[in-house]
Amino acid sequence: MHVSVLVFPGSNCDHDAYHALKHVLGADVSFVWHKEISLPKTDLVLVPGGFSYGDYLRSGAIARFSPVMQEVVKFANKGGAVIGICNGFQILLESGLLPGAMLHNENLRFICKHVFIKTEQNDTPFTNGIEENRVLTIPIAHGEGNYTASESVLKEIEDNNQVVFRYCDAEGNVTPDFNPNGSIHNIAGICNKERNVLGMMPHPERACEQELGSDDGLLIFRSVLNSLAVL
Amino acid sequence: MFNVRISVTLLPSILDPKGKASLGALKNLGFDSVESVRIGKLIDLEINVSTEQEAKEAAEHATRKLLANEVMEDFEILSIEEK
Repeated sequence: MHVSVLVFPGSNCDHDAYHALKHVLGADVSFVWHKEISLPKTDLVLVPGGFSYGDYLRSGAIARFSPVMQEVVKFANKGGAVIGICNGFQILLESGLLPGAMLHNENLRFICKHVFIKTEQNDTPFTNGIEENRVLTIPIAHGEGNYTASESVLKEIEDNNQVVFRYCDAEGNVTPDFNPNGSIHNIAGICNKERNVLGMMPHPERACEQELGSDDGLLIFRSVLNSLAVL
Repeated sequence: MFNVRISVTLLPSILDPKGKASLGALKNLGFDSVESVRIGKLIDLEINVSTEQEAKEAAEHATRKLLANEVMEDFEILSIEEK
């Protein structure tokens, strides 16, 4: 089981992801610099959070053209598992691996806090070890997490059950009061139609040890490591 | 050589949080007649080609590929001037 953690200029959650996967979960993990023109033999690509290229132009807009991203797109199109977290989610949107786009938070503030998210789909490799509708406590830390999509795309992702996580209250009620950033339909994370690519704004890699306030992120990483191990 | 000026704006259907916040501030300052604020980007390109048509095509291509995200943004070439 090998995990590739991509590193762009401005990535800042790459080491957190490395730590969680390697030291907490015992996976074989390596960093992959964005200039690489090939991926190592790998089972999972993790596109980490941060501010790739200083968020210039739009979050993720420039990173998507990094050489390694062309390989990630090929890997994903062949069915390889890819998870994008925060800025990584934005990069996956810009690269077209996931539908939609990200706007500034409705209140224009950078928000850094623990939130509740409801696991609505557990038939993805990233969530198949989590009971359906289970509420997870995971931190968010972003200024641009206000997910949007055209009406037709929104209908398509809802009809295809591609909304994996939604912001909710502690009991799992999805309400506007518990939507931190104005994201349409309280969307916190989506997958592609084929369900091998997941993008999420909350940071599971920051929630893998109780000392950090929550270890619910382990449920996501254990799911994906277990599902890839049996393949 | 041509100077090309392009505007990139959020699609009308997309909420503009920066515009909304600025509208609120303008209202607080007493600009009661301002009814809407939409904020976009202005991009100037210098393009080294020999005809205006080539400059227009290069600018359009660059904008569609990178400078604008057509999922949420629209763009317009405002001017093309030979240097």
